[in-house]
Amino acid sequence: MISGRILTKPKSLTDVPTHYCAGCGHGIVHRIVAEVIDEFDIREKVVAVAPVGCAVLAYDYWNFDTTESAHGRCLAVATAIKRTMPDNIVFTYQGDGDLAAIGTAETIHAANRGENLTVIFVNNGVYAMTGGQMAPTTLIGQKTATTQNGRNAACDGNPLKVLEMLAVLDGVVYLERVSVESPQNIIKTKRAIKKAFGNQLKGRGFSMVEVLSMCPTYTGRSVEASVRWIKERMSKDYPLGVYKDRV
Amino acid sequence: MKNNKPAKKHLMTGNEAIGEGAVRAGCDFYAGYPITPQNELTAFMSYRMRQKGRVFLQSESEISAINMVFGASVAGKRAMTSSSSPGISLKQEGISYLAACRLPAVIVNVMRGGPGLGNIAPSQGDYFQATKGGGHGDYHMIVLAPGSVEEAMALTMAAFDLSDKYRVPAMILTDGVLGQMMEPVEISRYRPKTSGFIRKPWALTGARSRPAQSIKSLLLKPGALEDLNIRLQKVYAEIKNKESRYEAYYCDGAKFIVAAYGSVSRVAKAAVKSLRAKGRRIGLLRPITLWPFPEQALKRMTRKAKNFLVIEMSAGQMVEDVRLAVEGRSGVHFLGRMGGGIPSQNEIEQEIARLYR
Repeated sequence: MISGRILTKPKSLTDVPTHYCAGCGHGIVHRIVAEVIDEFDIREKVVAVAPVGCAVLAYDYWNFDTTESAHGRCLAVATAIKRTMPDNIVFTYQGDGDLAAIGTAETIHAANRGENLTVIFVNNGVYAMTGGQMAPTTLIGQKTATTQNGRNAACDGNPLKVLEMLAVLDGVVYLERVSVESPQNIIKTKRAIKKAFGNQLKGRGFSMVEVLSMCPTYTGRSVEASVRWIKERMSKDYPLGVYKDRV
Repeated sequence: MKNNKPAKKHLMTGNEAIGEGAVRAGCDFYAGYPITPQNELTAFMSYRMRQKGRVFLQSESEISAINMVFGASVAGKRAMTSSSSPGISLKQEGISYLAACRLPAVIVNVMRGGPGLGNIAPSQGDYFQATKGGGHGDYHMIVLAPGSVEEAMALTMAAFDLSDKYRVPAMILTDGVLGQMMEPVEISRYRPKTSGFIRKPWALTGARSRPAQSIKSLLLKPGALEDLNIRLQKVYAEIKNKESRYEAYYCDGAKFIVAAYGSVSRVAKAAVKSLRAKGRRIGLLRPITLWPFPEQALKRMTRKAKNFLVIEMSAGQMVEDVRLAVEGRSGVHFLGRMGGGIPSQNEIEQEIARLYR
């Protein structure tokens, strides 16, 4: 009796297999977003902006209106959609390269303008789509296709901490860093994403949820080791928690 | 004697006329970034758009502005951005995305001297960029080149209509002279044809009483991207057939034709007028659409015209399209100034005298 209800597929997800690798966190985050949109009953009002990166095909997996965006420009695209259709619910779904390297200017300025948008920022520490190059969020010492001896701060720079940076901006309402490496943290992730959408529904302003997520393929680890890596390494450099909550 | 009151005329700059044309064409969204010599347009839009309850945004970069335009167009809104040469270079990726996603939009380039940071003097050095693609991939924009302030307003309205009709981005290609000079404009003469009335079922407004839909240019399935390209080329072929515009000044029976567009066409016109008065069988062809280029009109003129002189404020860009249209039937000559120089009437008349036979 209960199982039927628990295993229902969210209406906001399409019934297709995804292209994501085994152990990838994107599938979990996609589902959480879909569940939250169903729970708010806003599927028919949503316009999502998909990034360039692994989640580029998100428009095939979500059952609501979704547009693509040039690499890094999701928040410029989303700004105009929301400004011209303020009654719609607009969110971006972006990776670390998209949001924190090529799109840094768009991220900072959309946040600073206090656009009434929801941002789902998936941080897996690598450029996965292109073969595992160093991301702005790659940890010191982490080996990638372009830091083969490990990221070295002296020549490769330091991991970029987006929420810590955005927290000082007056336009920002809500910032929380979560993770999808354990069932407990998945529940917390859903709570944070729900809050971020709720803020937009109430017209409060710019909300971003950063989700630490596994990329077993391009961090060269088993799924189990990837989960441990997030718990033991990544969330040390990127501490989980609320960075801003102006509500 | 006629009793009609003369129509009211407004004295405005080309930049303002483009803005007013956009507002009257029902432009819902404008984003821009400061760059000379188009700043008056952004400033004009900042108050006119908000006065009308529409969206004006000063973006953090030209890149952001064109992607905001992409977003507004995704929502089915009429959207415009403007810039000048270096800023237009920054927008090229976004324009390619607009073209690939079949999204209408209007982009204004008030050209300045280049390459590089160049200067802020008028130029026509971005003709290739505007008419041949500019960004990556096989695509075209509709490119309209006004020759006066009033025409700048009228063509801006036309740009919105054409862009919506064909779902192809349109560019107003003008320069620092036309952008900044003032002329009287009879605003009431112009009415945009279809402002706000074109249905856009492809727009993303939420999956209400219809299935979810997406706007994208990533087409990975074998053959899918080729199919998109074939569809695009069909649209471009239709535009080429139907939408080329030009002004022919004394071209009938002319044995010598001067070809020029934009502000330099006015200097050329003065030269043609003066030489006509001296009995020379000379005419001026002024392309109004640079893409589609009025190649059939040119081809017809080769029956009488033995020589063409193309005059540009560049090293010679449109001259290549003239050569392609003429196909060797007549001589094609070129006179140009670069880096912000403008050919004088005297310079043009001397060159014509040298070539005219």
